[in-house]
Amino acid sequence: MTASATHPPHLYPDYKSTILRSPTQPLLLVPDHLRNLRLPVFGESCLGELDNDLTKNARKNGEPIGERIRVFGRVLDESGRPIPNALLEIWQANAAGRYIHKAEIHDAPLDPNFLGAGRVLTNAEGHYSFYTIKPGAYPWGNHYNAWRPNHIHFSVFGHFLDQRLVTQMYFPGDPLFAYDPIFQSTPVQARERLIAQFRMEQTEAEFALAYEFTIVLNGRTQTPFDR
Amino acid sequence: MNPPLLTPSQTVGPFFAYSLTARQYGYDYSSLLDAHLADTNRDKQIILTGRIFDGAGNVVNDAVVEFWQPEPQHPDVIDYPRRPGTFRGFGRLGTGTTADHSFTFTTFKPTATVTGDAPHVNVILMMRGSLRTLYTRLYFADEPEANAHDALLNSIASERRTTLLANQIGVDTYQFDIRLQGENETVFFDL
Repeated sequence: MTASATHPPHLYPDYKSTILRSPTQPLLLVPDHLRNLRLPVFGESCLGELDNDLTKNARKNGEPIGERIRVFGRVLDESGRPIPNALLEIWQANAAGRYIHKAEIHDAPLDPNFLGAGRVLTNAEGHYSFYTIKPGAYPWGNHYNAWRPNHIHFSVFGHFLDQRLVTQMYFPGDPLFAYDPIFQSTPVQARERLIAQFRMEQTEAEFALAYEFTIVLNGRTQTPFDR
Repeated sequence: MNPPLLTPSQTVGPFFAYSLTARQYGYDYSSLLDAHLADTNRDKQIILTGRIFDGAGNVVNDAVVEFWQPEPQHPDVIDYPRRPGTFRGFGRLGTGTTADHSFTFTTFKPTATVTGDAPHVNVILMMRGSLRTLYTRLYFADEPEANAHDALLNSIASERRTTLLANQIGVDTYQFDIRLQGENETVFFDL
């Protein structure tokens, strides 16, 4: 699987910010030892008690507003091998589609009990899981009446330099997919990999719906213990 | 069973700070990573500073910059909170909190690697308008002999090689500006 069949191009003019920020020169082919350069290992001490529960980690005087969900899945390499101890950093808008970021000006309410940030480490079998509130859609300035589909941002550290992935998870059936240049920048055959799958059997009765999002990073022939 | 298919990259967007760089930006959340690759009390320090410019020459004020300097003699485990006296080799900053939107990391001068590479720091860049993570390397202009023998530098056309060189601008301070487009466009890697 080549990168160009999976990832968006650097320049995608419908997403206007790419026009002045994408490299114009061909990227430099690099030796394998750079591709295979180990990233640092994140110890268990990096995880706070509530880092994997965004419905609890910023409570001030009550519960956050919105639809409680559990997001779970595995981090794998291209050969299907689980990647243990991968760090996933997460951020998102609240249920009203408002980011807490100070530069955000969308006229929707902040939630005093929701920050929208968390992190998890995958276990020995590459599994991760966290609770959050389903994010709302939000408007942005790319073009007239532009709206982002509901999404959760992920920053992923695998074990090697080319396993440093930043992506976004979307929700099934979102009517905004067809109008969102960031989603549309992805090659058509790869877009569905950005969409989590609803999992009724993982839903927690009278508590939370469940969505599965598998994350696949560049492959390796060696295991992390072969260094 | 078919092998799984790679997950596509998407942009980090403009609103990462309360998760990725919360402390730096003043949000009420912990930060695993900061500007210091090395323990400030132990190692002889150098300062690596720079700015990122877009194709119109504007400074990018919403990028995430990660510096990764693996050192064979140091463990590469990130603990939180960081343990005093340990080298981490990994730092992360956003470019939104300084008046001139510069980033400034502290570390010690890297050593040459076992693979024969000249002293360098790996640089990872993410920003709004970037649909893919960008990778490059910072080398040191004051290491001409080591640089002359570096295979990666030598694979770059000579007129573009200087875009990867940090220039000494003070006693222990080096400047490394990154240009996303145009004249002196930084060399980015195909990873």
